[in-house]
Amino acid sequence: MAVFQDKKEEQGDAYSWPSRKDAKVIGKDHKRLDTLAKTTGAAKYTYDINLKNQLIARALGCPHSHCTIKAIDTKAAAKVPGVVHIHVFDHAKAGSEISWQGELLVVVAAESEGAAAEGVSKIKVDYEVLDSFTNDEDLEAAKKAGRTAKGGGKAVTEREPGDDDDEDEFVEQEIARLLKEADHVVEGYYGIDAITHCCLEPHGSTVEWKDGKLKAYLSTQNVSGTDDGFANDLGISADAVDVQCDYIGGGFGSKFAADYWGLAAAKISKATGRPVKLMLDRDQELKIAGNRPSGYLKVKLGADKNGRVTVWDSHHWGTSGSRGGGVSQAVIPYVLVPKNYRRQATQVKTNTVRSRAWRAPNHPQGCAMTQTAIDDLARKMGKDSYDVFMANLPNATNGKADVYAEEMKIGAKLMGWKEKWHPHGAQVAQRNGRLRPRRRNSIVDGLGMALHTWGGVANSSTCQLKVYPDGGVESFCGTQDLGTGTKTICAMVLAETFGLTVNDVKVNIGSSTYPASGASGGSTTVGAVCESHRRASQDALREIMALVAKKLSVGADTLVATGGKIQVKDNANKSVSWKEACTLLGMKPLEVSRSHKRGDASPLSNQGVGGVQMAHVQVDVETGVIKLNKFVAVQDQGLVINPRTCKAQIYGAVIMGIAAAFYEQRISDPKSGAFINAELENYKLARLGDVGDIVVHLYEPESERQRGVIGNGEPPAISPKAAIANAVCNALGVRVPVVPMTPKRVLDAIQTAGRA
Amino acid sequence: MAAAGAWQNQQAMAVEVPTATLVQGSTDMTLKVNGKNHKVAVEPRTTLLEVLRYQLDLTGAKPVSSDGSSGASTVMIDGKPKTASTTLALACKGKAIETVESLGGDNPDAVPLAFTEYDASQCGFCTPGFVVAVRAFVNKNPKATEAEIRQGLNGNICRCGTYSQIIEAAVSVVKGGK
Repeated sequence: MAVFQDKKEEQGDAYSWPSRKDAKVIGKDHKRLDTLAKTTGAAKYTYDINLKNQLIARALGCPHSHCTIKAIDTKAAAKVPGVVHIHVFDHAKAGSEISWQGELLVVVAAESEGAAAEGVSKIKVDYEVLDSFTNDEDLEAAKKAGRTAKGGGKAVTEREPGDDDDEDEFVEQEIARLLKEADHVVEGYYGIDAITHCCLEPHGSTVEWKDGKLKAYLSTQNVSGTDDGFANDLGISADAVDVQCDYIGGGFGSKFAADYWGLAAAKISKATGRPVKLMLDRDQELKIAGNRPSGYLKVKLGADKNGRVTVWDSHHWGTSGSRGGGVSQAVIPYVLVPKNYRRQATQVKTNTVRSRAWRAPNHPQGCAMTQTAIDDLARKMGKDSYDVFMANLPNATNGKADVYAEEMKIGAKLMGWKEKWHPHGAQVAQRNGRLRPRRRNSIVDGLGMALHTWGGVANSSTCQLKVYPDGGVESFCGTQDLGTGTKTICAMVLAETFGLTVNDVKVNIGSSTYPASGASGGSTTVGAVCESHRRASQDALREIMALVAKKLSVGADTLVATGGKIQVKDNANKSVSWKEACTLLGMKPLEVSRSHKRGDASPLSNQGVGGVQMAHVQVDVETGVIKLNKFVAVQDQGLVINPRTCKAQIYGAVIMGIAAAFYEQRISDPKSGAFINAELENYKLARLGDVGDIVVHLYEPESERQRGVIGNGEPPAISPKAAIANAVCNALGVRVPVVPMTPKRVLDAIQTAGRA
Repeated sequence: MAAAGAWQNQQAMAVEVPTATLVQGSTDMTLKVNGKNHKVAVEPRTTLLEVLRYQLDLTGAKPVSSDGSSGASTVMIDGKPKTASTTLALACKGKAIETVESLGGDNPDAVPLAFTEYDASQCGFCTPGFVVAVRAFVNKNPKATEAEIRQGLNGNICRCGTYSQIIEAAVSVVKGGK
């Protein structure tokens, strides 16, 4: 059970970060502590944990997207040599309705992968196939199939309705008036298909039930918060469950729970008295273990003569699965919100598994569906997109207009925007019913941009710190490192505080037996661990300094910890080494536990960031293939602890964005509802040759640095789709409305424009 | 499409092992891995990846895709990069297998060191496969240019998006002549 120590520390001067000038460790590039283990195969992930006498389990997934289970026969499976145990899920018993393809029905545990797979292949299921619906883009078809529900909305107008006015009617008339009075009006359609998390290490666990206790090696973003899920299901207390995750092979928002297959593994272990490994296979990982809601939007907007949007009227739809859902109306329009707007949403219920949080939930879709409309406004006005985005910064609702303006200037310089810019479609001409390049070859190029925002608040976290009399420093924290560099960050914070190097401290994370720390989701981890580790280490240092002050007969407030010593500030002659200082502790280690509670104001962390991204692409008008030439990402995130890993998050987010802009989509067969590309050969992701030249700039003026630490995992993943789509539009002069912009969609857009 | 991958692999095996005898059930064989001979028990369906991971506890090569399209299980077989997930163990008789673990130890190879230096890993699940792929690529193309590196390493997938740093790491390995 995740119990956060709700201990209020003194705020204000008690905790702080060193200035840029004084910082010795933070703000400097540091290599990750665990990369060599990862690069040589020494790092053990959940999938790599092999316990003595373990069973290997495989599951049968439902082949139909909508059906009723009439009967399940596992007799033949049980006879397969090596098969030890068969677990039929309650939701798969005869008479059950299954509403998405891939839902696990039966688990077979066996002596080997081969035997488990053979066992699965021998299970006989009698299905009654029902009508399915998966065409989330086709709103009319969804309505006809009875698959829609109201998705909420909001209308705001500068002028208020009179007491006698019907509110809806007033809004209708007001929007119509504003659109009529606008200097420029744009009507557009934009969309973004559902994609999957596609974690390379699939969801799963290796679990061992022993003496009424469960040890679970779980691939999770939430080591401190998954034990109670196991415990509830097994009827034991959370104390009897240890969850461990030293390394996780990707999560991206989809690995917060034990999941029903994890619970099944635990039950099989309990039933057989043997450890059980159950990892999803690739097909199952893509089909059931996480996807991002789709979104499609129609909009009419009006703008003044400078290109600032004055009125926005949109309707969007999409799906999060069988219960409807879709993209939240709260992110429409995204960041740049005019004073008058109406946004409406419709939920589409499809025979697909329910979505999970995906890196910056709702924001990438909001950005891709609405900042494309801003770019179309620039296109219609014949203006530079940069100028139109700049004109709309006063509409930024997060108070970051000035930050965006600075970031745009930096981005434009890094991109060479002015030199590369040409009006939309300037390199193509309409000839013989088709858009054709004005150049000799078929390649045209274009520029696009987008901007984003995110919170990144520090999650709750507790750090237990031990300083040993021999000078050793060790911390324990139930957080996890998703590959973001969390462990290295913890070590850097401790090293900074104590005047040591990262190699002088030992950081222990990844176990639910350590003090609780929040789940790693929403860019909340860097703030969380910085809070708990800085608090614990600053308080520990105060105690050690008090002892040193006594020994040196100086005031404790004159001392600093630096270069492996505790010394009087600016007087290295009056000092003791760190080791010597620690001997003053006596025989017992100094133990300090400090916590931060999510949402508490703190001088160490903050929330709310911006970020601007620009893309330069080339498009082949004959083949529809797009290539990224250059991408610039300018990102603020308050105080940067490790620029190296901070930048890595941005590079990675941009590359994920390239994949989503060009390739990624869940493709469903319209008739059967089958997810037909659930393998990596056909579920296309960006590869090394796709990435072009990516330039990352950390925007960290003193005004940002003083805000404290803010997470940056999500924000840079938001803008790439819109920035790239806008660049393609600039190149072609026509909009490819839905991402991914597959060659077919590019050619369709070119043909439609040619006929116009 | 997974079926197509497996099918192609079987065809490849048929070419490589023309004198294969009929084997049923579990059989013992010797596999030469990282310079050492190991006695392992395999069935005809057992993949090299399963043997490495479950019998030799060499878990560096990862199971990611069933069709080899992620490259995460890349090992070297007689010096050539192959995905262990689509290679049957029996097809490796008499061949020298090198896994990512052979590039580690007390004196790590230049490729894992370069990955560490250039931060070419995030979650790291794809990393061992990438490291072996880069090693094999540089062995074959010791003077590769950056453009050739960008073209020649597209058999592996990284979901976290570390490609920019992998390119830097590979360029540095070439420059270092290792």
